[in-house]
Amino acid sequence: MTSLARFSRDFSSRHGTGAASFVVAAVLFWIVFLILLPQLAMLDVSFRHNLPRPEVGGPRDVHTLDNYRYFLFGNSGGAALNALDIGVLTKTLVAAVLVTVLDILLCYPIAFILAHSASGAGARLMVIGLIVPFWINDILRAFAFRILFGATGVINGVGLSLGLWDQPIDFIRADVALYAGLAYTYVLLMVFSIYNAVETLDRNQIEAARDMGASWWRVHWRIVLPVAKPGIASGATMVFMLTAGALAAPQILGGPSNLWFTQLIYQWFNDAGDWARGSAYATILLVVCLAFVFLMMRIFRVSIGAIGR
Amino acid sequence: MTKDVVLDHVSIRFGGYTAVENAHLTIRGGEFFSFLGPSGCGKTTLLRCISGFVQPSAGRVLIGGEDMRNVGPNKRPTALIFQNLALFPLLTVAENIAFPLEVRRVGRKQRRKRADELLEMIALPGTGDKKVHELSGGQKQRVAIARALAAEPDILLLDEPLSALDLKLRQHMRTELRAIQQRVGLTFIYITHDQGEALTMSDQVAVMNAGVIEQIDNPETIYNRPRTPFVASFVGESNAIHGVVLSQTGRLATLDTPLGPLTGQAAGGRTYLPKERCTLFVRPEQLFIADTPPEVNTIKAKRVNEEFEGSIRTLYLQAGGEALRLYHMNAAVSAALASGDGAVTVSFKPEQATILPDDPALSG
Ligand SMILES: Nc1ncnc2c1ncn2[C@@H]1O[C@H](COP(=O)(O)OP(=O)(O)OP(=O)(O)O)[C@@H](O)[C@H]1O
Ligand SMILES: [Mg+2]
Repeated sequence: MTSLARFSRDFSSRHGTGAASFVVAAVLFWIVFLILLPQLAMLDVSFRHNLPRPEVGGPRDVHTLDNYRYFLFGNSGGAALNALDIGVLTKTLVAAVLVTVLDILLCYPIAFILAHSASGAGARLMVIGLIVPFWINDILRAFAFRILFGATGVINGVGLSLGLWDQPIDFIRADVALYAGLAYTYVLLMVFSIYNAVETLDRNQIEAARDMGASWWRVHWRIVLPVAKPGIASGATMVFMLTAGALAAPQILGGPSNLWFTQLIYQWFNDAGDWARGSAYATILLVVCLAFVFLMMRIFRVSIGAIGR
Repeated sequence: MTKDVVLDHVSIRFGGYTAVENAHLTIRGGEFFSFLGPSGCGKTTLLRCISGFVQPSAGRVLIGGEDMRNVGPNKRPTALIFQNLALFPLLTVAENIAFPLEVRRVGRKQRRKRADELLEMIALPGTGDKKVHELSGGQKQRVAIARALAAEPDILLLDEPLSALDLKLRQHMRTELRAIQQRVGLTFIYITHDQGEALTMSDQVAVMNAGVIEQIDNPETIYNRPRTPFVASFVGESNAIHGVVLSQTGRLATLDTPLGPLTGQAAGGRTYLPKERCTLFVRPEQLFIADTPPEVNTIKAKRVNEEFEGSIRTLYLQAGGEALRLYHMNAAVSAALASGDGAVTVSFKPEQATILPDDPALSG
C-alpha cells in the first residue's frame, strides 16, 4: 500500500494529477472488482450448502465445511479418503509440473539462441515462427493435435511407414497428445519470460567464461542459468498455473479415462448444478497451486520481487 | 616456456568490410606489446582473433609455433581482459577470481586460497566475499586482472582496460600494470587508443590505422622516427609543413616550403628525387626560439597566442601562412619572448625533423 502511494506520487509528478488518479483508480477497480470481490464471493459460496433458490437466505442457509469434507472423504463420512478426487488433483498437479519442466527444457535453449546467437533475419524468423501458430484459436489447435497424434494421424503414419513401430500407438490414451498440446500452448510465455532475463546478460561474460576454459555446460550452469533463473521462475509460475487451470485441452486431448481437476470443477458447476461444491473445488485448486508455487520458489530461492522484474 | 605469438599475414573481413588488413608480426614471449590506434581501427578485432573468438579470413595465428586454426578460445594459452571487464556480477569477488580454477576442478579450499593470494597481490586483501558491484572502477579493474592471472595464461590480452578510469587512477594503474607484467614475466598484448599509455608501458608498439598496421617499433623509435604521416601525426603532437624536395645529401633532405628552405631527416633512409612532394614533421618541443641566427632552418614567425601550462608554455605561431606550435620550457630564459612586437625566429635541428612522402603509395 505504501509502495502504491509512492507510485502514485511519482506518477502524478511526472504525468499530472489527472492521469495519476485515472491509473490508480483503474488499477484499484481491476484488483478489487474483477479479482478480489469475485474470489471472495466464490470463497463464501464454497462454505455454503447447495440450496434450492427459495431457501437462499433462509434459516438453512448457514456456513458449513461440508464441501471441503466431501473433497477429502467423499460420501464415506470420514471413514475413507476420497481417493478418486484427490487422485485427480494429484495427477493434475504432477502433469502440470511435467508440462512446465518440458517447457523449461524446450524454451531455455530457444530463448538463449534468440537472445545471443541468432541475429537479424534468423531471429525475426524464429519469433514469427513462435507467434504465428497462436493466430489459430485454442480449440482448433487442440483438435489439430488430436489429428496429429491420432491412431491414423501423421505421427503414427510416419512411424509406421518408417517401421519404427508396427502397431499404431495410442498417444491419446497415454496422454502424450495432452502433454504435447499443453506444452506447445504455453511455449511462447516461457520463451519470452526466459528471453527477457537472458537478454540482459552481457555477451562478453559468456566469452570471458569461455576464454577461461569453461565448457559450454559450465558456462550455462554458472553464468547463464543464474541470470535466467528469475525468468524461468516467472515463466514456470505462469505455465504451471495455466496448465493446472486448463479446461479445453484436457477436454479434447485427454484420454477417455483421465480427468483433469478443472473438469471436476466444471462438472460440479454445470452438470451437477452444485455451485457451492464447484466453488469449493475451485478454491482447493487455487490454494494448492499457490502453495505449491511458493514451496518451489522457496526451494529454488527465488524471491517474488525477482519474478516481477 | 615463453611462447611467441605470430600473426602470419592475417586479414579479417566481416562480409565485404575489411577490419584488419594483412597483419604480419611477431610478439616475443615476455614482451609488453601494444596496439595503438584510433577508435574503430580494428584493435579489438585483432585481439579477439588472437584469443580465438574471431577466425582470420586469411593468414594464420601461431602461438608457441602451433597453428591455432582449430583451437577454441577455451583451449588457447591466452587470457583476455575485456574492454568492459566482463566480471560476473552474480558471483563474489573471490568466486570471480577463482573461476578459471573452478573450470579446472580445483578443490574449493584451494581455490579460495589462491583467490586470497591474488587479492593480496592486487592490494585488495579481504574483499573476497564482496559482490562485484561493491567495488570501485579501479578495484574492478584489478579484480579482472587477477581473474585473468588465475587462469595462468602464457599471454595476457588487455583490451583498453584503463579507458574507463579517471586520469589519476589511470596513471597509477599504468605503473601497476607494468610492474605486474615484470613480476609475473608474462607476455602482455595491450590495446589502447591512448598514445601515452602505449609509449610508457610497452617494449614494442604497433600503430594501426583503418585496419592496417603502419609501424612496429619500440616507443622511442615510434616517437622520434615515425615512418608514415599517420604515425607522425597520431603519436604525439606534430607540426606538419608541406613542401617539395630541393636536394638531398646523405640522410638529410631539404624541402622548399612556404616558410623557406627547411632541412630534415629522410624517413627510413629514403632517397627523394627533386620536386617530389613531401611533408616535414617537427614536434613542438623540438622547435626552439633562436636568439642568435641559426645556421639552418631559420623560420621567421609571428607570435599569435600563448598558453601557460606550468612547466611549459605553448606558443602559437604563424609563419608563411602555416600555424606552428612550440613548447617552451619555462625554466629556459629567452630574450625574444620578452620583446614586444611578437616577431620571433624559431628553428630546429635537422636530425630531429622527419620528412615523409605525401604519396601514400610510397609510405609504409
Ligand atoms: N562482428 C562484427 N561484424 C561486423 N563488423 C564488425 C564486427 N566487429 C567489428 N566490426 C567492425 O570492425 C571495425 C573495427 O572494430 P573494432 O572493435 O576492432 O575497433 P577498435 O579498434 O577496437 O575500436 P575501439 O577503440 O572503439 O574499441 C569497426 O568498424 C566495426 O564496425
Ligand atoms: Mg575496441
